[in-house]
Amino acid sequence: MALLELDSVEARYGQIRALHGVSLAVEEGQAVSLLGANGAGKTTTLRSISGTVRTAGRITFDGRRITGRAPESIARLGIAHVPEGRGIYGELTVWENVLLGGSSRRGRSAVKQDAEAALAYFPRIASRRKQQAGTLSGGEQQMLALARALVARPRLLMLDEPSLGLAPTAVQEFYRVVRELNREEGLTVLVVEQNARIALASTQQAYVLEVGRVAMSGTSADLAKNEGVRASYLGY
Amino acid sequence: MSEFFQYVVVGLANGGVYATLALAIVLIHRATGIVNFAQGEMGMFATFISWALIYHHGLPYWGAFFLTLAIAFVGGAVIHEVVIRPLARTSELTVVMATIALLVILNGLAGWIWSPEVKFLKSPFPLKVLHVGGVVVNVQDLGVIGVSLVCVVLVFCFFRFTRLGLQMRAAAVGPATSRLLGIRVTLMLSIGWGLAAMLSAVSGMMAASQLQLDPNYMLVILTYSFAAAVLGGVDSPLGSVVGAFLIGIGISLLTGYASGFLGTELQLPVALAVLLGVLVLRPAGLFGRVVVRRV
Repeated sequence: MALLELDSVEARYGQIRALHGVSLAVEEGQAVSLLGANGAGKTTTLRSISGTVRTAGRITFDGRRITGRAPESIARLGIAHVPEGRGIYGELTVWENVLLGGSSRRGRSAVKQDAEAALAYFPRIASRRKQQAGTLSGGEQQMLALARALVARPRLLMLDEPSLGLAPTAVQEFYRVVRELNREEGLTVLVVEQNARIALASTQQAYVLEVGRVAMSGTSADLAKNEGVRASYLGY
Repeated sequence: MSEFFQYVVVGLANGGVYATLALAIVLIHRATGIVNFAQGEMGMFATFISWALIYHHGLPYWGAFFLTLAIAFVGGAVIHEVVIRPLARTSELTVVMATIALLVILNGLAGWIWSPEVKFLKSPFPLKVLHVGGVVVNVQDLGVIGVSLVCVVLVFCFFRFTRLGLQMRAAAVGPATSRLLGIRVTLMLSIGWGLAAMLSAVSGMMAASQLQLDPNYMLVILTYSFAAAVLGGVDSPLGSVVGAFLIGIGISLLTGYASGFLGTELQLPVALAVLLGVLVLRPAGLFGRVVVRRV
């Protein structure tokens, strides 16, 4: 059984329907990309999973139905959602931001240890832990958001457009860590991306969303070769 | 000159009363973005409870003091759950109106339960004076200053050094993100209201040790505390405390030196006029929040 399963999930914002029955599965230990144009429903899919948008249909995590649960209780089941725009607390320090990642866990010293370990992935921000997080650059904030998510010891890491607004080298560095976490630590990852090239290169499975539906799915390697995907999302 | 220092000590004691209440106002404002007009009355109501504990139930002062703090905490959290949280999705104006309704309700309720006639809450500090280098210092004033400072420092340490305090700050500045991190934001808000109610209770009990106790005695203190919060910058806890002591000292000096030609009626207007002047020059308040943002 897959770690995360979505079965005909629908979501709406007021009168506007954003998802028209999305079904997908993420296996434990897998890295999965969710691709698609603007407005295809990628972000809404992640928000449905983390409980921040009202949904119909069935979402199960580790065999448990999570549809209709509050976001904080879903987070406590082990789903870490790094939202669009990263959700950094700009007026708190880098270190405080990272510590807050462990809010759902018990044990002060264990959280501190994990916060140190998470920061060790990103030397660039580790040396600036006393700085106000709002003063970090976009790329550094993205790294901080990832480090913070790791402190929760998530079973599923969801990333929403981490490459958005980042310099190409920062994108490379960020995805290098994501691949390392997935391959060496066995962390399950679901990543939403506009940058299809880096997403397909960093994951094993991929789904393509079009206007709130899954239009295509397969292994990332197959989709990278697919004519339609190449024309629409890879641009060559 | 010794006269001057005497006025300053009195001002610091009044400032302590304003500081605890102003800090409560700022905590609520930071967490929920609203101004709680009932904050002073919450302190007044709690003080009546402490009075009843002492004079009807025979508790010693400090026993009543700490029991009142516990009751205030629960009361503040319950007010958040029952009155404020259900209004969370409405406009801020609605919530502010609700706090004004609370002000009137608590005021009326206190008069109804304990009768509106004036009561006296005896001070826990000895009625003595100390002579420090020619300055006559009232021990009661020192006690009020001490209790207020201890409370303020405890609150700052709580937010600065504890995990719960950090989570409460996070829930206040970024509720949506906090939920994604598994922080129970509504619980944090209830705790925040509880803490604010405790601070108001301290303010109320300290004020009552200097003044007489009736359902209206906190209204003027609320005005000065609002002024302190605005003067310091309504989002700055430290600013509100500094503002409170500045206002306390300012009023004390004004009363001491200028009562001859100003009279007591003009105390409040003059203090608020000075405050307006400061705000015209520095709209964000003395410690107005400066957040550095890079996009």
